[in-house]
Amino acid sequence: MSGAADTVTRAAATPGQPQPYAELGLTTAEYERIGELLGRRPTDAELAIYSVMWSEHCSYKSSKVHLRRFAESAPPSAALLAGIGQNAGVVDIGQGYAVTFKVESHNHPSYVEPFQGAATGVGGIVRDILAMGARPIAVMDSLRFGPADAPDTRRVLPGVVSGISFYGNCLGLPNIGGELAFDPCYRGNPLVNALCVGVMRHQDLKLAAARGTGNKVILFGSRTGPDGIGGASVLASATFGGSDSAKRPSVQVGDPFMEKLLIECCLELYAADLVTGIQDLGAAGVACATTELAAGGGTGMDVDLDVVPLRDPALGPAEILMSESQERMMAVVEPGNVGAFLEICARWGVLATVIGEVTGSGRLRMTWRGEQVVDIPPASAADEGPVYQRPIQRPAGQDALQADDPAALPRPAGGPELRGTLLSLLASPGLADKSWVTEQYDRHVRGNTVLATPEDAGVIRIDEQTGLGVALATDGNGRFGLLDPYAGAQLALAEAYRNVAATGAVPLAVTNCLNFGSPEDPGVMWQFSEAVRGLADGCAALGVPVTGGNVSFYNQTDEAPIHPTPVVGVLGVHADVTTRVPIGLRTEGAPIVLLGRTAAEFGGSAWAQVTHGHCGGRPPEVDLAAERALAVVLTQAAAEGLLEAAHDLSEGGLAVALAECCLDQGIGCQVTLPGDLFTQLFSESAARAVVAVRPGSERALAALAARHGVPASELGVVAGDSLVVTGRTGQASTGQASTGQASFDIPVVELAAAHRGTLPSLFE
Amino acid sequence: MTARVGVVTFPGSLDDADAARAVARAGAEPIPLWHGDRDLRGLAAVILPGGFSYGDYLRCGAIARFAPVMGELIPAARAGLPVLGICNGFQILCEAHLLPGALTRNAGLRFIDRVVRVRIEDTGTPWTADYDQDQEISLVLKSGEGAYVADPATLARLTSSGQVVARYAGGNPNGSVGDIAGVRNDAGNVVGLMPHPEHAIDALTGPGTDGLGFFTSVLRAMADQ
Repeated sequence: MSGAADTVTRAAATPGQPQPYAELGLTTAEYERIGELLGRRPTDAELAIYSVMWSEHCSYKSSKVHLRRFAESAPPSAALLAGIGQNAGVVDIGQGYAVTFKVESHNHPSYVEPFQGAATGVGGIVRDILAMGARPIAVMDSLRFGPADAPDTRRVLPGVVSGISFYGNCLGLPNIGGELAFDPCYRGNPLVNALCVGVMRHQDLKLAAARGTGNKVILFGSRTGPDGIGGASVLASATFGGSDSAKRPSVQVGDPFMEKLLIECCLELYAADLVTGIQDLGAAGVACATTELAAGGGTGMDVDLDVVPLRDPALGPAEILMSESQERMMAVVEPGNVGAFLEICARWGVLATVIGEVTGSGRLRMTWRGEQVVDIPPASAADEGPVYQRPIQRPAGQDALQADDPAALPRPAGGPELRGTLLSLLASPGLADKSWVTEQYDRHVRGNTVLATPEDAGVIRIDEQTGLGVALATDGNGRFGLLDPYAGAQLALAEAYRNVAATGAVPLAVTNCLNFGSPEDPGVMWQFSEAVRGLADGCAALGVPVTGGNVSFYNQTDEAPIHPTPVVGVLGVHADVTTRVPIGLRTEGAPIVLLGRTAAEFGGSAWAQVTHGHCGGRPPEVDLAAERALAVVLTQAAAEGLLEAAHDLSEGGLAVALAECCLDQGIGCQVTLPGDLFTQLFSESAARAVVAVRPGSERALAALAARHGVPASELGVVAGDSLVVTGRTGQASTGQASTGQASFDIPVVELAAAHRGTLPSLFE
Repeated sequence: MTARVGVVTFPGSLDDADAARAVARAGAEPIPLWHGDRDLRGLAAVILPGGFSYGDYLRCGAIARFAPVMGELIPAARAGLPVLGICNGFQILCEAHLLPGALTRNAGLRFIDRVVRVRIEDTGTPWTADYDQDQEISLVLKSGEGAYVADPATLARLTSSGQVVARYAGGNPNGSVGDIAGVRNDAGNVVGLMPHPEHAIDALTGPGTDGLGFFTSVLRAMADQ
């Protein structure tokens, strides 16, 4: 019976026919709900649509009730032009420009097939940005893997990095930063979060809405093939008794060349004003694009599936709808503009096909081989999916975890031990030099990259005449998330916010990618709920709105979920990128000043992790007012030209930050630290940054810091070719009998040897 | 009248806007040329920019070499038109047999984006006249298939006739034979270069301004004509 379609008529006539809804991931209750919505059983094609649209990935059914907090507690922001719910948030950055940015996970595909999984992750987020009407201008990646020396990490990491390199480089987008972290909790669950930022003029903003009865629906880009439709294969084999087309890959394959053509083609279509609505095709392919466009416009749509260009002619309607073939877009175009639209597509060698039109029926109707196979209210699939209030339970072990304070751990005492501790931290995979990874990414293309890794944030120039630009940083810390998900999310936000400010940019808006274990585990849902609450409260306190984001659940193998890992991206604005502040020390004699307050905070620290394999206690205290004051000091100091370098303090504390400042240009410094040397060097207290002051600007900086209540202590000066540290060691609380002077001296070449050898030796 | 320098855009060209910016920074007017053009519009010099023309499918530069615009460019280059191929442009010029040798996968088999030191060994071309003999400059190298190769006879000829325009100084980043970073044709008007001078025209966005000399050189060569 191959070729016979499960039509609407047939569905109505055969109410009892068994359907493989469970194999498609729907519960019995969800399946019954579809029947109620339609007044009959769904056709196979309709079942395909509901199964993907109501999946966790597309519907956010477990996270929705929590994510509402972002909108409810959002600080008032005049800068937000489009927010949550659109393909990506859009922020006004002045001078008539707007930027749009978003981060999205591609964790599971990257574990199954690291190269293509990571590559198509880049492709997907770039299309999200393109669909807003923007030119994509840069990408970033937040990567987390299992232990660096684990055999599976050696399989996954090089594949992920080369996939990002292959796709992003070929697309011509500079990769300007991100993260690379390792922890046993990501063994079997690597996190691959890709961010893209795009720029447009205000009037170019596009929305995913099909409006105007009679307007044409055009599918353009790659042909539709059997990519990523493992679920639909179930349908195919169940319905058609199996056919050759049932054997198909379930991981999508990327073609960055086609995506580059698609970008240039779309931008030319936008410039010619030929598009009334547009949507990228990502997860759930044509099913998602048609339902969301029709639902977004409050209209109906008629689609002829027979004209969809196919790579495999054996594909049936359900498979066409669910295919996740890459490099495709869908546009809504006025009939009079169709000719010009197709002409521009032809100029770029992009295949474009009119597959349907907008109707006033309020129904999404599709035909295949002349018969009606879909007839549904589009909003029922796009917006009215199930919403779950999953059970929440603070994990039983949480108290014990927080009680396991690192204060009891043995600490390095004298100069030689402190010296060895710093070198071992610098050589640890999470803190080691990332060049082995970042050299595989083109950071120079388009000629507007002002700062990139290893700087605190990536900075991209937007307007060559005025110097207007944006800064972007992403941060996350799973250890802090585990110890206290509320504080952990706020610390991730605070770090990204601080990183952006350290370059001199004014933080403006937030995106996020929430990576968690199974939402069916009440402990994970507690972590999720706490993290969302923390992030929402944090954004309100810092005055930066969440513009959008992404949730990735089910990051767990067997019993153990990953650490709660909210990755937070902060976007800031530089009125003039020529005032940006890098991390590298440059001028002999320039004073080095620590901004912020240091307490003995080692819970979840890099020191506890690297030296003792320990993760317990409480994460550093969050003080968002202090973060805000620090950011004001950093951005004003940059604008006034007071700083020649600035670096935020995070993992590894002041010791690692100073070492990184020295390593950048191979120039040393001499510092004398107040208080216990170990605490001063390795504590991870938040709301701190170290700066090198332009000689002559010391008093201006001190006055600025004082005005905003930010403690500023002069530690020493830029000098020579070694990092030289002096201070007192020992303290009563650790039971040490005496306190005394301690110091150490590490030539920058020795810092470099420790810092640069790790990743090449692991992955070459 | 401002000198006009063409910059070709193939499908998949990526550094075309950057090359145009460098031309403008040098004081000339960049003129976009489309791969489908069959007319060089009387331009006095042309740049083939970096990127992944045609997705690097088949071989880097192998398809671009057959683009309509190349049908005009190849005879013009043989007749003396100054042509600079950067990165993918270099690969295209080799595929078009305007330059000897070929570019192959980097020794480490990975894409590299790195600031490299390059020594200019031939200042007799229209693209390098503004440099001093053996001047060392900093440029951005960013390529996956940047290792220059040629047969021994060709290499011997390149060396003896001074056709090596630039070599890597201070370490060979990609396994190029003889540390070769750039070569020219017999006549000297066609130059291929693996590192990107257009990404070294402004200390704000690159390693300095060392690359600007390629663009000011050709401007002067055009003025002298």
